[in-house]
Amino acid sequence: MTIFTRRALVQGGTALGAAGALTGPALLDWAKAWAQSALWKPEKGAKLSMLRWKYFVQSEDDAFVKLIAAFTKATGVKVEISRESYEDVQPKASVAANVGTGPDLFWGLYSLPHLFPQKCVDVTDVANYLGKKYGGWVPSAVKYGKVGDKWICIPICYSGNMINYRIEASTKAGFSKFPDKSDAFLEYAKAMKKNNTPGGFALGHASGDGNGWAYWCLWSQGGNVVDKDDKVIINSPETAKALDYAKQLYGAMIPGTAAWNDSSNNKAFLGGEINWTDNGISIYVAAQKDPSKKHIADDMNHAFWPVGPVGKPTELHLMYPVMAMTYTKYPQACKALMAFMLEADNFNPWIEAAQGYLTHCLNAYDSNPVWTADPKRLPFREAAKRSLTAGGLGSVGEKAATAIADFVVLDMFANYCTGREDVKGSIAIAERQLKRIYR
Amino acid sequence: MSELTLKSSAPAQRGHIASAWDRLKTNKNWLAIWFMLPAAVFLILFLAYPLGLGVWLSFTDARIGRSGVFVGLENYQWLSGDSTFWLAVFNTLLYTSVASAIKFAVGLYLALLLNERIPFKAILRAVVLIPFIVPTVLSAIAFWWLFDPQFSIISWSLKKADLISTNIDFLGDIWNARWSVIFANIWRGVPFVAITLLAGLQTVSPSLYEAATIDGATPWQRFRYITYPLLTPIIAVVMTFSVLFTFTDFQLIWVMTRGGPVNATHLMATLSYQRAIIGGNLGEGAAISTAMIPFLLAAILVSWFGLQRRKWQQGEAND
Repeated sequence: MTIFTRRALVQGGTALGAAGALTGPALLDWAKAWAQSALWKPEKGAKLSMLRWKYFVQSEDDAFVKLIAAFTKATGVKVEISRESYEDVQPKASVAANVGTGPDLFWGLYSLPHLFPQKCVDVTDVANYLGKKYGGWVPSAVKYGKVGDKWICIPICYSGNMINYRIEASTKAGFSKFPDKSDAFLEYAKAMKKNNTPGGFALGHASGDGNGWAYWCLWSQGGNVVDKDDKVIINSPETAKALDYAKQLYGAMIPGTAAWNDSSNNKAFLGGEINWTDNGISIYVAAQKDPSKKHIADDMNHAFWPVGPVGKPTELHLMYPVMAMTYTKYPQACKALMAFMLEADNFNPWIEAAQGYLTHCLNAYDSNPVWTADPKRLPFREAAKRSLTAGGLGSVGEKAATAIADFVVLDMFANYCTGREDVKGSIAIAERQLKRIYR
Repeated sequence: MSELTLKSSAPAQRGHIASAWDRLKTNKNWLAIWFMLPAAVFLILFLAYPLGLGVWLSFTDARIGRSGVFVGLENYQWLSGDSTFWLAVFNTLLYTSVASAIKFAVGLYLALLLNERIPFKAILRAVVLIPFIVPTVLSAIAFWWLFDPQFSIISWSLKKADLISTNIDFLGDIWNARWSVIFANIWRGVPFVAITLLAGLQTVSPSLYEAATIDGATPWQRFRYITYPLLTPIIAVVMTFSVLFTFTDFQLIWVMTRGGPVNATHLMATLSYQRAIIGGNLGEGAAISTAMIPFLLAAILVSWFGLQRRKWQQGEAND
């Protein structure tokens, strides 16, 4: 992780201000006007507390704090924010939902609100208001946001996971452009290996990068964990095809990926050891910040995941929904805050401060300059639109979350790629586990 | 004292038969219970209750934030057919037995060495303790770098020396990974064994060695017939602790491999955490933890009865 000095942050903040975003008094004036006309009037004496995932980039959190401060000034509602590592938000929210007390708002990971849909405040009005005003929600956000006809959370943003690759080495291997089909990608990986400029995907227990590529691989070949009724259908010829594809790809990777965790590929890429991998924008941001890595930042780019035989993107990106709990004493204040967060005057500077780590779920924000200021960020703009949901064809609830958290699919690939199990054996192990999770 | 109290209070209670409560308050035998009560409450609240709760959870389908219903042995039935669980059991046994045996051998050797008259003895003893002092997570991270597939200094040095041509896949290959984590555990655990045994060695009276030397005992005989028997109680304690700590190890594995590659280094403790906390399936995780208890009990019994079977250690004649 990059270390941010105070000075760097202050400079970053000024730069953002200069970029034309509303800051300081302007933001406050706007916020006051917004509060006057808002559809949701906070209850008298309302006070909110929110638990959010811990930021990846400090500048994002700074922008967020500024936004919350403006909300407090405009509405008089104090908001207390606490931060937890993103893996810890879910257990805390589950306990709070269970005992009926805790923070009013939780901002967590993809399927969190679906663990206790009946404990989430109905925010259909907020979602409709925002959707109408800002060009509509992307399809995956709708799936994450709704239970039946009801919205139980507001999808705030995605954190994209895309292909990172080195330009020069790829050109040398005969690929002036990163392959957009899975077959071509396999050829690419082989050519890169032959040139002694290999890449790699994590096959260890890497929650983000490992699951990202395992699900992409499974889906791209037509395999699925469950069907639309949550029936386990992993045992299929398509899954076997995906396994074979992965094994060939694994053969073309740098040795050692079976031991990789989420940070291994960042280290290896920044160390010049690998030339392609999957990651968020963090490698690029780190390379830009470190003068000694400038050559890597200049020579790298991002690309969409190659499309497989199924003929459409099969990517899995991480979604961050915010939800209000039914036990809150101030539901109107919660709704007001949710709407406030996604209003253009707040959201634009904030997502800009996130430097590409976060992708919006509302179509209108495609025009945010964060994506065009640096064309290398552009693929991340599409993360929300291209993402499937954690459950694949099935539901997005806790079963899907457990399957991901327990690395069932990732282990299936690792079992086969490392030669520990044959096709049948690796699928059988995964199927057995999935059947229990989806019972 | 209680009698005194009785006497002084007797006139005031004339014509009144001391109630059961009065007797309980003053009975000497009950007094002992009153004194033990705080400790008992403490133990029950913080040790027995969590243990009991864990065992209970293993019979339910509880998830995080939601209490489950009783499902009997379902979790155990499921685990009995789960290859990952059995792999974790195998890994744990391998990890514990190999690491404990080597820790004992190296620890004893170091203790004997440090017990000799050598220069800079105090400094050396302090140095030996360093691996024990460093926080586990910190040393685990250090090992993680040492064993990194791309940036390992070991691979790098061997490559520079032209001994190997490609990096050693320390944590990516199944057996390499197992030996690597075992090595890290040994490195961490040796000081504990060494220093404790050293303390034991210093309680052995030098006069015994003098007598043995006069009788013409060889160094091996002196070790075998004086040091070793006198050291057995300490060995029993130290090895019990060492086995328990190794068996329940979590941090080293979690930081270095997260149970990978392909679950080859998953211990029961790490698998339990992954299933219970990360995967949210508390019941199943609790069942894995509970399954550790028989192994731990067996380890304790073996060292207690196996190593302390000599009657003279309990104050009776040797047989």
